[in-house]
Amino acid sequence: MNLKLISKLEDEFIYLFNDNLEEINNGAPDFIRKIRQKAIADFEKLGIPDKNNDDYRYTDFRKIFNNNYKKLFKQEKYEVDINEVFQCNVPDLDTHLVLLINGTYYENNKPLENFPKNVIICGFAEACKKYPDIVKKYYTHNTKTKNNGIVALNTAFAQDGLFMYIPENVILEKAIQIVNILYTTEDRMIQQRNLIIAKENSQAKIIICDHTLSEQKYLTNNVTEIFVEKNAVFDYYNMQDEHNFAQKVNSIYLLQKEKSNALTNIISLHGGNIINNVNVLMNGEHCENQTYGIYLADKEQHIDNYSFIDHAKPNCTSNELYKGMLDDKATGVFSGKILVRQDAQNTKAFQANNNILVSDDAKMNTKPQLEIYADDVKCSHGATVGQLDEEAMFYMRARGISKKEAKMLLMFAFAAEVINKIRILPLQERIKDLVEKRLRGELTRCANCTINCYQTD
Amino acid sequence: MLSIKNLHVSINGKKILNGINLEIKTGEVHAIMGPNGSGKSTLASVLAGKEIFNVTEGKINYFGEDLFELNPEERAKKGIFLGFQYPVEIPGVSMINFMKVAVNEQRKYKGLKPLSAADFLKLMRERKELVELNSALTNRSVNEGFSGGEKKRNEIFQMAMLEPKLAILDETDSGLDIDALKIVANGVNKLKTKDNASIVITHYQRLLDFIVPDFVHVLYNGKIVKSAGKELALELEEKGYEWIKKELGE
Repeated sequence: MNLKLISKLEDEFIYLFNDNLEEINNGAPDFIRKIRQKAIADFEKLGIPDKNNDDYRYTDFRKIFNNNYKKLFKQEKYEVDINEVFQCNVPDLDTHLVLLINGTYYENNKPLENFPKNVIICGFAEACKKYPDIVKKYYTHNTKTKNNGIVALNTAFAQDGLFMYIPENVILEKAIQIVNILYTTEDRMIQQRNLIIAKENSQAKIIICDHTLSEQKYLTNNVTEIFVEKNAVFDYYNMQDEHNFAQKVNSIYLLQKEKSNALTNIISLHGGNIINNVNVLMNGEHCENQTYGIYLADKEQHIDNYSFIDHAKPNCTSNELYKGMLDDKATGVFSGKILVRQDAQNTKAFQANNNILVSDDAKMNTKPQLEIYADDVKCSHGATVGQLDEEAMFYMRARGISKKEAKMLLMFAFAAEVINKIRILPLQERIKDLVEKRLRGELTRCANCTINCYQTD
Repeated sequence: MLSIKNLHVSINGKKILNGINLEIKTGEVHAIMGPNGSGKSTLASVLAGKEIFNVTEGKINYFGEDLFELNPEERAKKGIFLGFQYPVEIPGVSMINFMKVAVNEQRKYKGLKPLSAADFLKLMRERKELVELNSALTNRSVNEGFSGGEKKRNEIFQMAMLEPKLAILDETDSGLDIDALKIVANGVNKLKTKDNASIVITHYQRLLDFIVPDFVHVLYNGKIVKSAGKELALELEEKGYEWIKKELGE
């Protein structure tokens, strides 16, 4: 037994785990139980990161995790049919829609129309029982619970989430839209686990929309593992549009095999504290990776984007671009690491992080890091923090464009570079619209949705 | 239309303009010439409303209004146009969108409805021809990657779109080859009416071969030291600015 003194915060989670073990497991297969036991042991050692943790020096995890959030391990029942209340009518965005509520796969999801039979979409808990061989082959294979306390915590507790399996050679023409809804009457902590496998030569795009349907405080600690196998093409878009009391930790572990092409683009429109961790491992030659993010924060919101791009094999290319705009007293962090291993000759890796501070009180910390052990590489990184271009503002005003409109045009132009990387055109248009509304201070809630899943301050 | 009286301007405590007096009436073309550092561009910027300059003394009256009461966008909507010496690149803002917002803001000010997409494109097409602006350029971001000559032509194109009452062209000729110069000058001449006026700021006389001024003013050390008809430009070209300095006894 580890005798290291651990603080109350970690203790609470460990007691909670031990007290509710049977409910947490809820009939899960043995290998899941074993993984949980190891994870809680790792968590006990690692704890929740504090400010001495180099990767998260500017984000107070301990404060975020230290709150009396309710944790539920039993399946909830909802009086209303969520299908009825939630209708995403983004114009022209024709997707296969899947709902998850409070981290759980919604049991009354409508069957997907014209959906290829051999593609599996279901809850992670269900997959553990129905497809244990697949889950066992992939689950936690690319996450390291032994060096990340937050991921260890999720691995110990998470019961459900999204499971998706796209078999070899299947091309999903329509994107799959996952809507994560937070809907409770009490302050809640939610830990969701997603596992996505795109097999050899397959292609798929998923759009994850994070929404809040009620005003309670939330802490979500989600982990998503994505495996993109040989020659597969996979896009992951995440639209984060929650409220000022939403605390979100979103960790993605993406593993790419040879000749695969993967893209992640995280659009953070709204949230109290948002922490995105994107970990990419290119474990085959000739991979192409694109890691993008755009974040807009104001009031006292905080956003932390951490990324780690691991070039483990030769001849791979990665392009990374994060852009952000911070207003009022918002604070932002970018911490991006690129590792080029000794074998990874002929690597091309590019990283940029550009920020605009709209107010004098907003703050941005940016830390690009390159670690290169191969000798034949082409790498670049750059970070900028600046204000809106005064010369450009004057130029526009001298043409009769108001100061406010000129500011809008500049901010929108700044954001557009990342939005243009979205490979689904109707989504691109939609996000542009939302970003513009967000910049204008209007509600960003999807215009046609019947729910006012929007924040009140 | 424009009356400048005893204008004194400084930046960071350094005096740049030391008492400028200038009267401009509709239908007139004024050329302002002078050596580098004489304050020509400062005068242009102050007229357009650039805020970094500090007006310490003097008045500017524009169609009966105190110009200093108006912010840059209000001045533009009331018909003042500055052709920039160094047009600014604005990545990500498309020329079309930029022009559409500018034209419609002006129309709104005049109580007109915004132009329909079709009418706007038609207007763009017409005005582009006036300055022989390559069509591809208006599909790009504002001035981004434009050559020096293209930027200057783009300024005149914007002027043609906005049809100002008072156009201030700040060294529009600098960096232009003779063909581009003719095109730019031709554009300016075509836009000239009896109801508008222009101030052409230039270091060299050459532009004035193509845009014939009614008045030529020499600006030196922040003051207009000499004003005359178009012949003054030729005299300056011949004798150089040293001549002015000698006349002033320096």
